[in-house]
Amino acid sequence: MSGANASHINTPDNTTETYFDFTEENYERINRILSKYPANYKQSGIIPMLDLAQRQAGGWLPLAAMDKVAKIVGVAPMRVYEVATFYTMFNREKVGKYFMQLCGTTPCMICGSEDIKRTIENHLGIKDGETTEDGLFTLREVECLGACANAPMIQMNDDYYECLTPKTTIELLEACKKGTPPPMGKWGSLPMNGQVSCEGPQGKTTLIEEPKAPPLREGGFSSFEKVDPATVKVHMGYGTYEETAVKAE
Amino acid sequence: MALRRTATLLAGKRGFSAVPAAEINVGTGVYQHFSDQDRIFTNLYGEQDWRLPDAMKRGDWSHTKDMLWMGPDAIVQEIKDSGLRGRGGAGFPSGLKWSFMPKQSDGRPSFLVVNADESEPGTCKDREIMRKDPHKLVEGCLVSGFAMRARAAYIYIRGEYFNEAVVLDEAIHEAYAAGFLGKNACGSGYDFDVFLHRGAGAYICGEETALIESLEGRQGKPRLKPPFPAGVGVFGCPSTVTNVETVAVAPTILRRGASWFSSFGNDNNRGTKLFGISGHVNNPCVVEESMSIPLQELIEKHCGGMRNGWDSVQACIPGGSSVPVLNKAQCDEALMEFDDLRAKGSGLGTAAVTMFDDTVDMISGIRRLAHFYKHESCGQCTPCREGTGWLETILKRMEKGDADKREIPMLEEISRQIEGHTICALGDAAAWPVQGLLRHFKGDIEKRIDEKDTYDPEACFQKAWSGSTFANDEWVEKHGAGQAYGR
Repeated sequence: MSGANASHINTPDNTTETYFDFTEENYERINRILSKYPANYKQSGIIPMLDLAQRQAGGWLPLAAMDKVAKIVGVAPMRVYEVATFYTMFNREKVGKYFMQLCGTTPCMICGSEDIKRTIENHLGIKDGETTEDGLFTLREVECLGACANAPMIQMNDDYYECLTPKTTIELLEACKKGTPPPMGKWGSLPMNGQVSCEGPQGKTTLIEEPKAPPLREGGFSSFEKVDPATVKVHMGYGTYEETAVKAE
Repeated sequence: MALRRTATLLAGKRGFSAVPAAEINVGTGVYQHFSDQDRIFTNLYGEQDWRLPDAMKRGDWSHTKDMLWMGPDAIVQEIKDSGLRGRGGAGFPSGLKWSFMPKQSDGRPSFLVVNADESEPGTCKDREIMRKDPHKLVEGCLVSGFAMRARAAYIYIRGEYFNEAVVLDEAIHEAYAAGFLGKNACGSGYDFDVFLHRGAGAYICGEETALIESLEGRQGKPRLKPPFPAGVGVFGCPSTVTNVETVAVAPTILRRGASWFSSFGNDNNRGTKLFGISGHVNNPCVVEESMSIPLQELIEKHCGGMRNGWDSVQACIPGGSSVPVLNKAQCDEALMEFDDLRAKGSGLGTAAVTMFDDTVDMISGIRRLAHFYKHESCGQCTPCREGTGWLETILKRMEKGDADKREIPMLEEISRQIEGHTICALGDAAAWPVQGLLRHFKGDIEKRIDEKDTYDPEACFQKAWSGSTFANDEWVEKHGAGQAYGR
């Protein structure tokens, strides 16, 4: 489903023999990841661990990293390959330092994602799916990134740049070339037309006064017969917190 | 995300012609008494902080213990009385769904799974909850999880929402540190854990069983039902998968009472709803409104109208890409609720409204959606895997007029062959936009074929549009933390 070639092609820096191991810091993260799932479902950690491996390797996922994850989780490597090829966020080939994912699905498309795509392609001299020669930029058109009210937009590495025009797109690219991409705004995204998040360029129309805590129902909770939540634990056979807590071993 | 809408829409399809217009409660004004005091997501535009102290100022985590002492049955009854229907697309009555969970354990624990894999094109509402009001979601996990007698909740957030996941993760930690989660949560005597799990980019993982597969570390390929998740779900245990917004509104409903929530919207379509509006409007935004608000009023009131006036409306997708488009005449009359939109051959879905004005080539718009579904088909069922590709190929040719008119019914036939012949609803979701196109814009396709030689793609090329010129300096100055672009 990722559209890319599902089979692995050996390159000098990407074979089963290539060395890959997680850093010590990342092993601590792995322990935290695995502690979220029941001990007999370590496999649940595959996706977060592949993400960790991709970050450590610099934005792409070498074959050796997949093998490592399989080893840690204790499954056949194929189980990990299946996952790595299924999900679009795993890049099995190197990408540029600034990995741009342009949302091209219909809500963005009618707001001019083609215009933004054309701007990037002309400005950098690359086409969809290509990387610039200096290894700085990769452009890929992807499916809906879930920021439709702020269309058109791109995701650059982890960050969303929204409400783009050809002019601000070029400003963004130039800032990246200098190594100083604009920092994210207050809410972890950056609408490039000056707005803060989802209030629109003309501003909000609701929630005019400072919000107050909502009023409580009439009579509070006194009309309900009290049920001790501890009895629910008994019905469900949950025992103590320690007994039922998820542990990774 | 909206894939779970199957049940309702399928039921609706059978009823399209059976629902006489008179039965639909148009213009009763049940949405008009909705005011700022009734809005649940009071930090939607982010004037306040997302962290615990400000969240508590907004009323989160107050009386949580009292709510838990109502007991699971009373909570579920209250949610049933409120008329809350699932906000992820299918619109299944939430209280009823929660009541399917086992009341006695057979040794397996139960789990709540929160579907935060928001990827239905047009939808961008849960993101605002997770980054600005995460404590509403975390508190909702405890309350609705307890109502299901679940031991823990897993929140499955789409991988692309990285910065949102960071905030949500921190909010969960804050709740633990304050004693609201974990052992003896909120001092109630119940133990409850919340875990955050990031996905890795697959629309199909918004389908509940695909989400469960993905949470278990496999390809997100939907499972056959039965067994339903309430019997065998994540980790082989009883589970309920439910949307972020549904979970996040639950505590407020319990605090304010079912009758408050059910006072908005028409019968069977109660409550408040986050609408995400995109497309050719002057002020694309996310806004909380009453259910059953007329579409035109929603657009005029909150979005500054269409950029070229209401008369320039060509079409609207009222609930995310999986619901069929409405034409202009339907847009004039549409109410933003499950039943009215269903009667118009579409659906409320996730209430993600995308407005198309008359500059758009509708064939190319739907062709792009066909590409989306082809890309996102998991490949398990042949009709969907192959059929979505065919839809795109044919539409690509039709867009250029390079087709035969006899292919129009063939296109319809293919979509009918996909619909209902797949494990999950993605096949249906892929078929419906195409059927909507054929229902309302067949003339455009025929015209394109007739006038093939004069087709000029540049004529309908869309220039970047993210709303009209920015005009909100004062507010951004005050609430942008000096971090808005160009400041």
